[in-house]
Amino acid sequence: MITLKINGLNVSVEKGSTLLEAARFLGFPIPTLCHMDGLSPYGACRLCVVEIGEGPKAKLVSSCTYPAEEGLTVRTASERVLRARKMILELLLASCPQSKIIQDLASAHGIRRQRFKQEHEDCILCGLCVRMCEEQMMAKAIGFRGRGEKRSIGTPFDIKSDVCRLCGGCIYVCPACQLRCTYTEPEKAICGGCANLSPPCVDKEQFNDMMCYMSPCVACEIKKD
Amino acid sequence: MIRDTAALPNEEDVCLQESVDSKAILRIIESHNGELGGLIAILEEIQAEYGYLPEKSLRIVSDKTGCSMVDVYGVATFYRSFSLKPRGKHLILVCLGTACHVRGAPRVIEEFERQLGIKAGQTTEDKEFTLDTVNCLGACALGPVVVIDGHYFSKVRKSRVSQLLEGAQNGFGKLQIEKDKRIFPLHVSCPHCNRSLNDETFTIDGQPSIRVTISSDHKQGWLRLSCLYGSYNFASEFDVSTETAVSFLCPHCGVEFTSTLDCSVCAAPMVPMLVDGGGIVQICSRRGCKNHMLDLI
Repeated sequence: MITLKINGLNVSVEKGSTLLEAARFLGFPIPTLCHMDGLSPYGACRLCVVEIGEGPKAKLVSSCTYPAEEGLTVRTASERVLRARKMILELLLASCPQSKIIQDLASAHGIRRQRFKQEHEDCILCGLCVRMCEEQMMAKAIGFRGRGEKRSIGTPFDIKSDVCRLCGGCIYVCPACQLRCTYTEPEKAICGGCANLSPPCVDKEQFNDMMCYMSPCVACEIKKD
Repeated sequence: MIRDTAALPNEEDVCLQESVDSKAILRIIESHNGELGGLIAILEEIQAEYGYLPEKSLRIVSDKTGCSMVDVYGVATFYRSFSLKPRGKHLILVCLGTACHVRGAPRVIEEFERQLGIKAGQTTEDKEFTLDTVNCLGACALGPVVVIDGHYFSKVRKSRVSQLLEGAQNGFGKLQIEKDKRIFPLHVSCPHCNRSLNDETFTIDGQPSIRVTISSDHKQGWLRLSCLYGSYNFASEFDVSTETAVSFLCPHCGVEFTSTLDCSVCAAPMVPMLVDGGGIVQICSRRGCKNHMLDLI
């Protein structure tokens, strides 16, 4: 066990856990967009910043990737942390102003007005879908492409990947998802229609052999009976 | 994510992809032991072979190295030096780094764009030139720097552009041979009958060529090599496809040149020839392999 101090409380957490896990275990909320239990930590969204250390040596780190250390002092909601978090949210909101999840977070952090130019991107490059595809669905159908401002997530050559099973997991985890279900056109995009209870896909033959993220899906089960 | 506008390869691309020789790619992969760590090196060699990375080659690399297609594609799109689109015969890179920029590189690239009728990043319709920009070549004191087919040009001005384009079409390599003191002509003879192989009637690189007879697939014909040590220029009676090893014979006595040595790069037999003044030069018999050895006594 490792003993550390979070927001003035002395706590013991298991070795190998991250600051995010430790703080959440104690009930200190830390917002994140790119963290999900069962997926490897990635540290892309930076929303989970916390302040560690004392005095002039104090610094901001992303809690989802920082392992708990013996004797560490952590502040999850200091003024500096909140200021940084607010800035990050403003920037995320500027790139994806239409995302409900980001809008809610921004609202909760008291952001009332947009200072930056809205980009209307459909992706914040958090990599959740990439990790979901690789680590949970064992497919590796989508990944990062390009570099810098041209970086994007997608399949190689923008054509349907051979290893994609149209499971819909990537849409399910996406915090900014703009990829809408194309229902009966499986070649074009992932269906995901079964996320609602009356999907139009269940009557279509091409979806019979699909391995779906929602499986067992209520709609599919009803159809089988 | 998967876009709705899934770009279908156009007809031209399909034709190009069919010309991808999977054997050549397999050989490149094997030379790196199919290791994942060699991915960039493998892609570099494929790009050197085709001038770009054909889709089919990436799929073969992914299959053979066990590296997923997503990762291969990620690496291929990450680095600027890799291109997924076919490039022209000559690659023109104009440096637009800070130093080159303030020294007038934008005017130079404008002139290139005007003369070639294309924008940066595009290829001319006749597939002769590809124009691209780079962000720094590390030769800031010499700016604006232009690189054409691996040859660097410093302090390029707008007025020099047409001269550079002309030079690229004629080949900078030929101009440089005469200046380079490390490249010298060899006089060679057959190790069997000891008669000279240099042919005054046919010149390559402005020097008498080395005439030998080659035989491949029951076909025989002459092959003339440049006698300049370090030059790979040659002429031949019939076309030998790359990657095939051919037998070399003496045009005078008809005896095949045989060596106890195999090429250390591609394992094809080496071809020995005597050098006047003492010594043996050995070249690899595989077309496209540039391995050679020179032993002077």
